Amino acid sequence: MTRMVGLTRKETLQVLRDPSTIMIAVILPLLLLFLFGYGVTFDPRSFNVGLVIEQPTAETGSFKASLENSRFFQVETSHDRRFFEQDLVAGRLNGIIILREDFARVVYRADTAPIQVIVDGSDPNTAYLVNNYVQLLWANWLEQVSISSGQSRGPPLASLEPQIWYNSQVSSKNYLVPGSVAITLTMIGALLTALVVAREWERGTMEALLATPVGITELIIGKIIPYFLLGLGSMVLSVITAILVFDVPFRGSFLLLLLTSSVFMLCSLGQGLLISTITRNQLVAAQVSILSAFLPAFYFSNFVFEIDSMPWALRMISYAVPARYFVSSLQTLFLSGDIWSVIGPDLIGLGLFAVLIFAITARVTRTTLD
Amino acid sequence: MKHDTALVTISGVSKLFENANILAISDLTSQIRPGRVTGLVGPDGAGKTTLLRLISGLLRPSEGKLEVCGFDPVKEPNSVHEVVAYMPQRFGLYDDLTVFENLNLYADLRSVTGPQRAATFERLLEFTGLKPFTKRLAGALSGGMKQKLGIACALIETPRLLLLDEPSVGVDPLSRRELWQMVYELVDQGIGVIWSTAYLDEAERCASVMLLNEGKLIYDGPPDALTDRVQGRAFLLSNIEGDRRSVLARTLEKTAILDGVIQGRNIRIVTAKGAITPLPSDLLAGEAAIMASTPPRFEDAFMDLMGGGQKQPSPFLKLQSTNAHQNEIAVEAMGLTRRFGDFTATDNISFEVKRGEIYGLIGPNGAGKSTTFKMLCGLLKPSEGFARVAGMDLQKAPSKARARLGYMAQKFSLYGDLSVSQNMDFFAGIYGLIGKKRREAIETLVSTFGLASYLETNAIMLPLGYKQRLALACAVLHEPDVLFLDEPTSGVDPLTRREFWSHINAMVGNGVTVVVTTHFLEEAEYCDRMALIYRGRMIAAGAPDELKASARSEDIPEPTLEDAFIALVEKDDRQREQT
Repeated sequence: MTRMVGLTRKETLQVLRDPSTIMIAVILPLLLLFLFGYGVTFDPRSFNVGLVIEQPTAETGSFKASLENSRFFQVETSHDRRFFEQDLVAGRLNGIIILREDFARVVYRADTAPIQVIVDGSDPNTAYLVNNYVQLLWANWLEQVSISSGQSRGPPLASLEPQIWYNSQVSSKNYLVPGSVAITLTMIGALLTALVVAREWERGTMEALLATPVGITELIIGKIIPYFLLGLGSMVLSVITAILVFDVPFRGSFLLLLLTSSVFMLCSLGQGLLISTITRNQLVAAQVSILSAFLPAFYFSNFVFEIDSMPWALRMISYAVPARYFVSSLQTLFLSGDIWSVIGPDLIGLGLFAVLIFAITARVTRTTLD
Repeated sequence: MKHDTALVTISGVSKLFENANILAISDLTSQIRPGRVTGLVGPDGAGKTTLLRLISGLLRPSEGKLEVCGFDPVKEPNSVHEVVAYMPQRFGLYDDLTVFENLNLYADLRSVTGPQRAATFERLLEFTGLKPFTKRLAGALSGGMKQKLGIACALIETPRLLLLDEPSVGVDPLSRRELWQMVYELVDQGIGVIWSTAYLDEAERCASVMLLNEGKLIYDGPPDALTDRVQGRAFLLSNIEGDRRSVLARTLEKTAILDGVIQGRNIRIVTAKGAITPLPSDLLAGEAAIMASTPPRFEDAFMDLMGGGQKQPSPFLKLQSTNAHQNEIAVEAMGLTRRFGDFTATDNISFEVKRGEIYGLIGPNGAGKSTTFKMLCGLLKPSEGFARVAGMDLQKAPSKARARLGYMAQKFSLYGDLSVSQNMDFFAGIYGLIGKKRREAIETLVSTFGLASYLETNAIMLPLGYKQRLALACAVLHEPDVLFLDEPTSGVDPLTRREFWSHINAMVGNGVTVVVTTHFLEEAEYCDRMALIYRGRMIAAGAPDELKASARSEDIPEPTLEDAFIALVEKDDRQREQT
């Protein structure tokens, strides 16, 4: 017991004195939060479009007004599509909407479309959004026109009205911010731990420790406790910042948040210990932990990239990434609440991973230098 | 405790590192007794560290059996760890913890608590003289103080056996002497100490010596018994007329001579067994030369055991016609000062080196040698002052100046995964040698150093001696006027060191200027003149014999360079304390 307390105290002192731990535990989570809170957004934004009106009429004027009134479009107008072509190629415009000269004539006929949308396919995401928005706007406008003119267009078009649960403002920061907590804890658990243990091997202090009566369990626990607490502290910092600064709702219980975070920390710490035990070299440990912990946590956690839209093989891989379960739990805790049907399986997944990784670590770590 | 029972029994132990296929220890049998210092002596790669790790239970033997204080380190590692203290190389200290925190950690690890801990700390801080520094970070301690702290941490619980892995590397001679006094005190308490070292002179301070070479035990017993082999065969040739380096080269060609080294202005000679002692005139040392008997050293005996050093003269002797030494200045340092933040690494260092001279920068690790060296080679910009090589300012014409100098870095700085020929090609390219010139330069050096059979071998696989030859070859491909050698032979066996210096001596004879750093005082004897660097300042400069003479006193009528160093360092410490 004295030995474990001694090791924990030594490790804590080192953590407090090492500027890089402060970087990873305090600066990194704040940086990620601000980046994802302000910088990155997958939300609807304003598109620059060129509107070509080949033959101005009352109808084209009405459509133009409707387009200009939408908060999604910045509109420029011209009579000739060639006027906009260069701008589209250069990326100054996200799309061109063309109202043909016979717009007024064919607009009420159902068989032909009097409107053409040209988008820049080199940015598929934007192209897709512009196209969809124009179509939605077009459908709305048609309906309004038919109502105001008193003409019935037969049975009303099926109207699509999105009903959004849990994240009612469809604000992407609400799910990016919880995801960044997972990234931070992965960095502290896997990268920082891998680095500090590898450093002990490099500086020869591990050899000195192993030559004392200290046991391997004491050594591992003494190493883990400070980083475990550091990770939880960093998690609390992130959550408070997310709630107070970014107005991210938190609908679950803090106790459950603490539980899932703790189990996830164990997974991450286990990975870090395993990596450093095998590599014994700071440079290699850093590379391996970025490749095997950080990047998977980024790609396979539903944090940025949707797992459901991945190929089957990649979806299977994601089941072996602890961050997947953690991000799912976090997003649920933040946006919906204590939904046990989601968090229960996530906890089981995390728990299994933690047990497995520590079993492997205990097998691989030996008290000799062979 | 009975002194006649062995503390450690090693029976037929071998250790094979399977991954690297290296037989680090080969069928070793020996016993280590309590109450005395056993020296584990041998060059780098001899197997010293492996043997210490086997004894402390950190490695398992591939064959054979060990018994340490009655325990089997393989089956009962924890029992061994309870009674054996081990200080690894670099001391096992945490640089970012204070002296007190380091001690606390090891006290926790060895479960020394309560009033017992306070008493232990009191005793150890007194013993090591670290009391005023308990709040200082271990990383901010000098090499010698780190060493003492490392020992203090190992001694928290008084062990039965203390293992010290190269405790004297990079430590200034004064601290080294204090370290030995500490160890002798421990031995008087009945503790067994194993002191591993690559310095053969340290063997003489041990009660018993295990001499290792390439994993084999080549001598086991008291050092005097080995030194007796060469009794009456060691001589000092003094008052030499002419160039002592060429006299040495000629001397070594004689079959009657087993070994010879430069010692300041003189030459130290060991004659072959049964040979008639040659006269100074036989050695072409001049009419006035005197040959006097001198006490033999452990290193002499080692050379005898190994069958003597190399007899062939260095091929460089024939390479060029000998130029008359001109009085021109080859290297000039003027007020070189380098600050890192508020730490002054070197403070106002000035000296001049003449063409064809060997100049040494001597001092312990961290004294500022390497910083000075880097400024001289143009690798580091001085905060104040300037450096000139072959008349060119390194700040103003760095590439021109560098084309005239060759640099051999510590640990040889070769590309391990490149073959010998690829390494040479690469360095030739760096120095801008192309076409026929490159081919000829490489061919000449390959035949000079006998590297032909190793051309396709990767540098990392080369035997130590060949690695050193290759490193030197790469540094002199472009026939530089000035050669910078950074710790060229630290950890190298005496044979390899002698071969290396025979090449350097020959090159110097051809007019090459050499600047060398070393903390190895035997090596400093090769220098014509040298500067002593201590805590960033040049505290003395002069020929080795002048420095030795300055330390002459009634107590020490024949001071060694180490005695001189200690006296100068003590004087400097006193002066700094007063100001």
